[in-house]
Amino acid sequence: MVSEHITSSGERPLAFDEATRTRERQFWLGLYEQMLTIRLFEEQVNELYMSAKMPGLAHLYSGEEAVAVGVCAALRRDDYITSTHRGHGHCLAKGAAVDRMFAELLGKQPGYCRGKGGSMHIADQESGNLGANAIVGGSAGIATGAALSCKRRGSGQVVACFFGDGALGQGLLYEAMNMAALWQLPVIYVCENNLYNEYTPNRETTAGDMLARPRAFGIQTEEVDGQDVRAVYAAAVRLVERARRGEGPAYLQCNTYRFYGHHVGDIQRSYYRAREEEEWWKAQRDPLKILSSWLREQGLAEERHFAEIERRVRALIEAGVRFALEAPYPDPQEVAQHVYA
Amino acid sequence: MSMPSVSSAASAPQAPEGWREITLGQAIREALAEEMRRDPRVLLLGEDVAEAGTPFKVLSGLVEEFGPERVIDTPISEAGFTGIGVGLAMTGMRPVVDIMFGDFLTLAMDQIVNQAAKVHYMSGGKLKVPLVVRTTLGATRRSAAQHSQSLHAWFSHVPGLKVVLPSTPYDAKGLLKTAIRDDNPVLFFEDKMMYQLKGLVPAGEYTIPFGVADIKREGSDLTIVATSSMVQVALAAASALEQLGISAEVIDPRTTSPLDKQTLIESARKTSRVIVVDEGYQSYGVTAEIAAVINEGAFYYLDAPVKRLGALDVPVPFSPVLEDLTVPTPDAVVEMARTLCGRA
Repeated sequence: MVSEHITSSGERPLAFDEATRTRERQFWLGLYEQMLTIRLFEEQVNELYMSAKMPGLAHLYSGEEAVAVGVCAALRRDDYITSTHRGHGHCLAKGAAVDRMFAELLGKQPGYCRGKGGSMHIADQESGNLGANAIVGGSAGIATGAALSCKRRGSGQVVACFFGDGALGQGLLYEAMNMAALWQLPVIYVCENNLYNEYTPNRETTAGDMLARPRAFGIQTEEVDGQDVRAVYAAAVRLVERARRGEGPAYLQCNTYRFYGHHVGDIQRSYYRAREEEEWWKAQRDPLKILSSWLREQGLAEERHFAEIERRVRALIEAGVRFALEAPYPDPQEVAQHVYA
Repeated sequence: MSMPSVSSAASAPQAPEGWREITLGQAIREALAEEMRRDPRVLLLGEDVAEAGTPFKVLSGLVEEFGPERVIDTPISEAGFTGIGVGLAMTGMRPVVDIMFGDFLTLAMDQIVNQAAKVHYMSGGKLKVPLVVRTTLGATRRSAAQHSQSLHAWFSHVPGLKVVLPSTPYDAKGLLKTAIRDDNPVLFFEDKMMYQLKGLVPAGEYTIPFGVADIKREGSDLTIVATSSMVQVALAAASALEQLGISAEVIDPRTTSPLDKQTLIESARKTSRVIVVDEGYQSYGVTAEIAAVINEGAFYYLDAPVKRLGALDVPVPFSPVLEDLTVPTPDAVVEMARTLCGRA
């Protein structure tokens, strides 16, 4: 997906002919489309949940789209990711299909995990997704082990380990980072700092300087505006290429914001964050608006491009939801299948 | 392939052709070395596994043969390196993780119980976790409460895990090779008092399937179901009972998950009296599960309720005088058997 004409800084290359402009337009509109897909997917999840069609829990990724899309755009399809309980965006950005995602969320048989994983445990081996994880920080070991496996096999693959700022409270992350640094493993720890550990601001939970923690292990560390997909992508490209060259692990902190609550039912949020704060982020820091504004300013895309993308994505989402609603539930016999391989 | 002899005495004057007498520790090492030669995906990792060969010296020499890339010393971080084992297993390797003392499994519980055990099921059968966690159980080393527990029942309780409890060098080698080839997470518990236990092992290749109990000694009056080092306790008790005219059958399930219910039930139906001996805490333990299996499968054949004998429900104390009281002994089994058979 990455064209050599797209500079890793995301800025215009010097030679700027029409073919280059077209490739650049296609690349960034492609990322815009992915972000919009996640946004509209999550809006549908919200509706499915509120209308009691979706069981269980739903943790929406809206507002954080630039992180998943920017990082996954820097990855190959055979690179691995591990994800979180807020993982729909990671799965989609890594290559999962909308219809099978919806089916999994509804507990249906054609879902990615035959309805056995649900929202918080979606895995898709074909797109390199080793799984969402409902234990905060729980995948740090898995991601690091996958990176050791890549190194052992000499496969040239890298691993992106997504987690939220809440995982900074978990010891496993530091055990894993210690070993990743000692053994120079190709893993990028992607911290989605959305400011809240579930219902608690992270200033109340996280001592000292977040970035000093990975640095203490000698891990290459970067911090980016997680609402700007160009910044996320540029940093991810640098860190992924570095890891692929065998230069070891990295830590990428993406400062972002979740537009909704911890989960869909978290409606009364005033006791931990102000409505004005939420409105400011939605109005000023929406990753979709930031990218589309830039594309317009650069003259790279105009209204018809966005309208066309929106039409396409809405049709995809609509078809995906319909597919999932009409899909069968798993056969009761499946309850005892897949306990053991 | 059946075993010619199981006794720890194992002087074995008539060893079959090609069989050798080795210790349980050597059997473990042989199994690991053979599997590592056979399959380059097999890796060992854990604390002090390389040059030190672990405190029990079970892995001595492996790093010399396979190098530090495959025999990997980790930091002291059980959750971290067990998690790394899960990730290795999910992506094409076959790791054997060494948790030095079974008590330290507590530090890796999330990685074993929430991650390794669940991945295959949660992914609808797409992902596999061919991970072996080797660790210890057993008291009586005067190591006190944080180095002496037998926690295998916890893991037998969790679907998605397999739990192995070898009691002889022969079983240890054959079961460990099976564990490494299994596509599921396997907890492999070695009693730390048994590493020097000697027994006969064939020179050639063999494996032992999971879920197949072994009749360590045949008998007709009473069944003693015993696990791990309690097999030796049961065999010693059976010899003493023989002097009293009581013929005891000793059954070793070898794996508590999967559990060979059929062999247990058949033996109970044959003898009509059962004692279950295990070194885990008695309450809510392996003895309770096996007793329930026998009650459900052989109730109308039983002459008395199934009796059980586990470790005392106390943290294992340090003082030798106290520690020895916590573990089932041959005398305790004999006493229970005599009562059960009406020979008290």
